[in-house]
Amino acid sequence: MAVRREEERTTVDRYPGRVRVNHWVTAISLILLALSGAALFHPSLFFLSSFFGGGSNTRMLHPWIGVVLLLSFAILFVQMVRYNFWTRVDTEWMRHIGDVMAGREENLPEIGKYNGAQKLVFWLMTLMILVLFGTGLMIWYEYFGTSFTIEQQRFAHIVHALAAIAMLLVVIVHIYAGFYVRGTINAMTEGKVTGGWAFRHHRLWLRREARKGVIDERQVPPRRHGVGPAE
Amino acid sequence: MAGLQSQDFARISATTFRPPDVRHDFEVAKLIDVSKCIGCKACQAACLEWNNLREEVGFNIGVYDNPHDLTPNTWTLMRFTEWENAESGNLEWLIRKDGCMHCADPGCLKACPAPGAIVQYNNGIVDFVSENCIGCGYCVKGCPFNIPRISQTDHKAYKCTLCSDRVSVGQAPACAKACPTGAIVFGTKEAMLNYAEGRITDLKSRGFKNAGIYDPPGVGGTHVMYVLHHADRPQLYANLPQNPRISQVVELWKGLTKYTGMAVVGFAAMFAFVHATVARRNDVSRAEDREAEHLIDEEAARGREA
Ligand code: HEM
Ligand code: SF4
Ligand code: SF4
Repeated sequence: MAVRREEERTTVDRYPGRVRVNHWVTAISLILLALSGAALFHPSLFFLSSFFGGGSNTRMLHPWIGVVLLLSFAILFVQMVRYNFWTRVDTEWMRHIGDVMAGREENLPEIGKYNGAQKLVFWLMTLMILVLFGTGLMIWYEYFGTSFTIEQQRFAHIVHALAAIAMLLVVIVHIYAGFYVRGTINAMTEGKVTGGWAFRHHRLWLRREARKGVIDERQVPPRRHGVGPAE
Repeated sequence: MAGLQSQDFARISATTFRPPDVRHDFEVAKLIDVSKCIGCKACQAACLEWNNLREEVGFNIGVYDNPHDLTPNTWTLMRFTEWENAESGNLEWLIRKDGCMHCADPGCLKACPAPGAIVQYNNGIVDFVSENCIGCGYCVKGCPFNIPRISQTDHKAYKCTLCSDRVSVGQAPACAKACPTGAIVFGTKEAMLNYAEGRITDLKSRGFKNAGIYDPPGVGGTHVMYVLHHADRPQLYANLPQNPRISQVVELWKGLTKYTGMAVVGFAAMFAFVHATVARRNDVSRAEDREAEHLIDEEAARGREA
């Protein structure tokens, strides 16, 4: 993790490859789960089952994708949890949620690697995945059909459906924030963000990273007017 | 299934399409007169035979129930209860032919997520259509009588069809044909209710003052009915539910949850879209890029000092 002076810009390392791979495995399994679950959720969405090879295959695949999700998220959790503990700054930041929505970041306190909303997403995801996995096992009829009473399974069904809805809301917020705050996607595609992005959104984190040192990756001295190779 | 067509459907699982309802059949019913049953299991054998099913040879654990529960192959099962009647001092052998009740308001159909996997015909028969079944087991949780069973071989749900194939060509169900004592009778629901009247009067005259019909209103009535000598206490008959109805949890899950779920997620997506178009772009300015450079230099210097 470091701040890098590149040719045309300054970047800050945000996620190493192992975190990014894990993030995308989690994201893809989540989307597949939402699509396959939706197929069973409402008749008007049953057509989604054709993307999974028909109704029976959807029914069979969905819980296994859930297992993949649980495993990849467990690793992601270990990789990220230390940055996600709640601090007083997060409470302060949350009070200014109106400024956040309006894009007036000047009014916000300086924050570290994650802001309050990001931490909230992290913890809500953790909770939802645990609830979805627990209730998911209870309604996994092929293997656990007789492990729980019918009454317990009925409750698990409604909780699973409600948790899936709550989860989708969190996911919508999460994806939307990634796009709305320009320059954020790069963190998960290339693994780094620009210095300006870090300054605007996570200044405290930028301070800490810069204090660790700056790597100069420029091949040639910085160009000055009238100097340098002909174009 | 054979012989019945989409014109005959009253309800279809997981579909917003309303069946045309062009044929108005008589509602049919099977009446099981528990007081006449001798527990010979001829009906059970006839069911296996007509539906070409085989049950595994099981174990005797000291009760007459064989097999011990309904299975994907056993669609009807005689359940035996020995009960001491404190009033009369008699030991009564209560034998109930268990199986699908063909509810007027079927919980299995309500819970099923696969379009057309469960249908209800105009004549009241509730049928599982295997081609459309995905084996999820939702019907098991929808049913207030614990009837459907999912095969671990082909992952499809099975239960009594009320011999819909026989009924569609004017035949009575195989079990009714096979019963040697006439404990199982089949006809229009109206005729069966009339017939039951006579049986109940007879039973009452013999001292069974609580004799009555079991046609539970909680599920809109059923197309398989019992005549019970103790209709006030159906639980005596191997836990036949007193007032069966579709579980409130299932009603909520398949009702409110579905609509609010669709609405809430749809609304969130809409809000995201509107916010994206209306709110100021949240982008990094040139000035911030420059300020970032100062800050980095400052902090890097501080880092070197420390
Ligand atoms: C985490 C592990 C998960 C497991 C083990 C799991 C398991 C299951 C199972 C067994 C079913 C019943 C259908 C079937 O047998 O395939 C089901 C249904 C469903 N799942 Fe999951 N699931 C998980 C995660 C998720 C996630 C993350 C979502 C969505 C964001 C989701 C959404 C749904 C929905 C909407 C249904 C249909 C519910 C209904 O019919 O009301 N599941 N799940
Ligand atoms: S298992 Fe039951 S609920 Fe599931 S598709 Fe088959 S009939 Fe419908
Ligand atoms: S008894 Fe159960 S399986 Fe039969 S129609 Fe009623 S709800 Fe469906």
